[in-house]
Amino acid sequence: MKTRTMMKTIALILAVLFLSAPAMAADTIKIAFIDPLTGPFANVGDMGLKHFIFAADRINANGGVLGGKQLEMVPFDSKVSPKESLIQLQRAIDQGIQYVIQGNGSAVTGALMEAIAKHNKRYPDQQLLLINHAAVTPAFTEEKCDFWHFRTDAHVTMKIKVIADYLTSRPDIKKIYLINQDYVFGHSVSAAAKEYLAKMRPDIEIVGDDFHPIGKIKDFSPYITKIQSSGAQGLITGNWGNDMTLLIKAGTSAGLDLEYYTFYAGGLGGPTAIGEAGIGKVYQVTEFNNALCIQYKNKEDEERILAFKEKYGEDIFYLKSKVTMDMLAMAMDKAGNAKPKDVAYALEGMEIDGYYGKTIMRAQDHQLLQPMFMSRLVKQGEGFAKYDMENTGMGWETVYKVDALDTAIDSPCDMKRP
Amino acid sequence: MSEFIIFSLLNTLIYGLLLFMLSSGLTLIFGLMNVLNFAHASFYMLGAYFAYQVSIHVGFIPALFLAPLGVGILGMIVERYGLRKVHAHGHVAELLFTFGLFFLFNELVILIWGRNPVDYQIPDFLDFPLFTLFGADFSAYKGFMLLISIAMFIGMYLVINRTRIGLVIQASLTHPEMVNVLGHNVPAVFMYVFGAGAALAGLAGVIGGNFLVTEPGMAMALGPIVFVVIVVGGMGSLTGAFISSLFLAGLQTFAVGMDYSLADFLGHFGIQASSEGFWGDIVRIEIANTRAMIPFLFMIFMLIFRPKGLMGVREE
Amino acid sequence: MIDNTTMDSAEIKGGQAVQSGFSGAAIAKWAGIWLGFILISLALPKIFDSRFAMSMFNQMGIAIVFALSFNMLLGQGGLLSFGHAVFYGMGGFGAIHVLCMVNDGELRIYTELLPLAGGIFAAILGFILGFISTRRAAIPFALITMGIGELLLASSLLLPSFFGGEEGIAGDRWTEITLLPFKYGKSIEVYYLILIWMFLSVAAMYLLTKTPLGQMANAVRDNHQRAQFIGYDPHKVRTFQFTLAAFFAGIAGGLFAINYEMVTAENLGMLPSTDILMMTVIGGITYFFGPILGAIFITFLQLVVSNVTHAWMLYFGIMFIIMIMWAPDGLAGLIMRHQPIWRAKRMTKILPSYLAALVPGLVMFAGVIVLVEIMFHISLSIDPESPLSIMGVSFRAQAFMPWAVGILLLGVGGYLFKLAARRVNQAWKTVLAEIKQEGV
Repeated sequence: MKTRTMMKTIALILAVLFLSAPAMAADTIKIAFIDPLTGPFANVGDMGLKHFIFAADRINANGGVLGGKQLEMVPFDSKVSPKESLIQLQRAIDQGIQYVIQGNGSAVTGALMEAIAKHNKRYPDQQLLLINHAAVTPAFTEEKCDFWHFRTDAHVTMKIKVIADYLTSRPDIKKIYLINQDYVFGHSVSAAAKEYLAKMRPDIEIVGDDFHPIGKIKDFSPYITKIQSSGAQGLITGNWGNDMTLLIKAGTSAGLDLEYYTFYAGGLGGPTAIGEAGIGKVYQVTEFNNALCIQYKNKEDEERILAFKEKYGEDIFYLKSKVTMDMLAMAMDKAGNAKPKDVAYALEGMEIDGYYGKTIMRAQDHQLLQPMFMSRLVKQGEGFAKYDMENTGMGWETVYKVDALDTAIDSPCDMKRP
Repeated sequence: MSEFIIFSLLNTLIYGLLLFMLSSGLTLIFGLMNVLNFAHASFYMLGAYFAYQVSIHVGFIPALFLAPLGVGILGMIVERYGLRKVHAHGHVAELLFTFGLFFLFNELVILIWGRNPVDYQIPDFLDFPLFTLFGADFSAYKGFMLLISIAMFIGMYLVINRTRIGLVIQASLTHPEMVNVLGHNVPAVFMYVFGAGAALAGLAGVIGGNFLVTEPGMAMALGPIVFVVIVVGGMGSLTGAFISSLFLAGLQTFAVGMDYSLADFLGHFGIQASSEGFWGDIVRIEIANTRAMIPFLFMIFMLIFRPKGLMGVREE
Repeated sequence: MIDNTTMDSAEIKGGQAVQSGFSGAAIAKWAGIWLGFILISLALPKIFDSRFAMSMFNQMGIAIVFALSFNMLLGQGGLLSFGHAVFYGMGGFGAIHVLCMVNDGELRIYTELLPLAGGIFAAILGFILGFISTRRAAIPFALITMGIGELLLASSLLLPSFFGGEEGIAGDRWTEITLLPFKYGKSIEVYYLILIWMFLSVAAMYLLTKTPLGQMANAVRDNHQRAQFIGYDPHKVRTFQFTLAAFFAGIAGGLFAINYEMVTAENLGMLPSTDILMMTVIGGITYFFGPILGAIFITFLQLVVSNVTHAWMLYFGIMFIIMIMWAPDGLAGLIMRHQPIWRAKRMTKILPSYLAALVPGLVMFAGVIVLVEIMFHISLSIDPESPLSIMGVSFRAQAFMPWAVGILLLGVGGYLFKLAARRVNQAWKTVLAEIKQEGV
């Protein structure tokens, strides 16, 4: 047994090296999923992978694409490193893969966008398509926009616009504090917030605009003290990971009386880390929460939530994973083949009726427009929060909806099409 | 403004004492053994994870004692069966060994507890506001952290100055050969000090892990800062570590309040700095933004201009 | 007190190995080894032609230059740096900025010479930072380099116009301005470019060990006071050595810029700094070729083994600790230890004992793998309930049997390995005694 198993491992390793001819089985279409699967952000990558496998399985169960071909997600570990993901991209190309889904780390997205654009120019017979499901840097669908890149998450400015839109329904909020991570993303959140608050709620006073070193702050108390003395009623932050949970934890433990408008409070591990102190105070802006299906009486989505939990024992976080895969499958059917160029053209301007409203892939800049929601952390059982998140006994309550077209932001993108 | 100052002072005290709890062990180990223990922050992380594991089963108070004990024993094992063996290969090997341990502990924690933060929460009986000042709460747990830190500080002071082993440690710091000649078992002293230092770091993990977040990245996040503390304080000096812990905590706490950039400064002289390109980036940086850099700048300058630190016992 | 403790008790063999290389036969032997190395490198893309293999070879070439430059500090200068990637990263940024200017038509520089631009940029920076940080060696030096690394990484986010923010700076290596008749669009062309630069750098660094500067660096490492007495300022020697190390790291960075056509701030952070440190140490710092072995071996692990198991970082860490504790001279040291026995044609005397140790060693290793993979599967995999497959055998990770098998393999293998290790020691002692007696 030992020699046989050893041989197998060696064969596996050699296969990686030798495999140059695309060994494509005719009845499956492989899709590379390049996201962190080891290292500090592996949990996020892992969760994303589950969502996409789940979505692909459902398409396959319904007969697949192009008259019976199956979609297969092939995971590659980006280690959130641009260099690493470029190497993994080469591996994917070796396997004859022509579709790449990625989302974590703008640096990785930027690297893949560049590399795929160059690759498609240098090897016109072996083109690739990139679908970005989470990197929110506006530039990717604005000045840096590229024909081979599609984004299925709302970008920073769009999310801020939703928050500002929500605040028009909250005349009681007069003072807003901005606190963000000190890098390009944090700065773009702050700039967008200033722009859109001035446009949509000119009476709001921005009483603070702080940037803190990313991932370095262990104790946010000093910032909380500053926020406290500014008299802010609401706080907008794009923080993610520990920078988000530590900020909110420090705020709630100091008894700070304000509302937190976040991008990522509902992200993996967020509700657990924030704890009950966040109830009624923490908001998120997303395309999905697990109370929507109750509120809008969507049985199909509820079934999806339950099936996911049944299969993985974890909660579902995205709708965009399903939308991404459905659109991709539809585009292949529409194009009549799985050639990235044809599929990309088919994707442009594609419209579907999503669970909660019309969803459009804008042709001009390849930015998906989908209904967005503001939701608030509540106790499970309150309102429509039938299901909780991460077994915390807390769920979400939708407080505001923005239709797909109303999330749109004008893009300066001047797409060059092949 | 006064509320900002009062709360900042309190925060400085809490953060500073936490830093001291971590750095005191490190600086003692360095002073005695001439080893810079890269894995020291790992003991802090392990303390938090042990406490989490123990507190699930028997509660927080037992964890407060058991977790540091466990970390201390682990530290002694590391010294006895690892460091002592590597010592023969020289100092670079010792550094590399502790660095390797740091790497390994991280991976082991991931292996056992996974990559997500674990749900290590502040115990219910300490989860209430202790007092309210200018409309902001000061939580009871912060008070508890202060209490533990001060108790530890007094305990350590008594051990070092009033007990026999403390005297041996003090003597070993300055005259290691002499102590050995006098018949004291210096290797055993090393082992106990290493264990005690690890236990202190573990204690910091127990009380800091739930206040902050208990996750595999916590050692990496705090490790470099602890080095800065002992360099600035003077490697091997407890008093120095105490002063520099509070100093650096204060520096980082108060820097938050300073929204002052080079552009503002130049503005005073009527100079309009360009906002484009590289220089635009530089003049835009506010003091508050450099919070992560200040400690390292201090460390570098200290090493260049005053390598023995504020209170260093010896130089070269 | 602190300075001269560096490496004092470690046995330094690098100097001897270098000096013994000047008899006629020895030169022929060295030339043979190098020629073989070159021929293999030239033939590699013909044997392994997948794109992944190409990327891996390119990465290996870059890592070899980077690791050797790191060893100019650690092995030859006794300086343990925790921030060497600063020069790798800055060299990369220097090269990519030049490339961008070429793309924009502001400059005309041959693509082939970009690494040189990176090297020069890094060397200038290296001279300044080296002057600051090399006044002391050992721990102060390690901490200063770590501090500089952290500082630059933190400032990279504050200075997006130079570092390009999170996404870094990208360029297009496919330019018209080239020295050779290639356009460097395809990675095979880049492979040969990296190969040329790698051999130039390796040769230059090897020859440097023989120059007076290289020799002085060794002297300062071994005893800086004595070096000072004979009239060499240790600070000056270290600064020059540091600058040169930075130069070659910059070349590696420039090669990175060409290969990936982009450079991000992650290149100058703590991670690549510690990566290169571990690579070099595992390869072996006391021999010139040690870092080359380390770079090849670890890059292979990082890129290939990480596709097979997610626990590769743990195996990497375990291997590092084992090396530090039992083989401080690294892989190169393990090989070179056999040189006298090889010369005396006595390898057959110890090989049986190796074979006897190999079997329990593999059993023990299999035990470790089984246990680690089970635990990883339970704590980290997508679906812990799904069956786990190790080397073709599938089972449920939660079951009792796999645990028992793992522990049994580890225990029995470990015990037998210990016995076998004793035998290896015995064989060594006898062989060495024989050689001594015969005076071979």
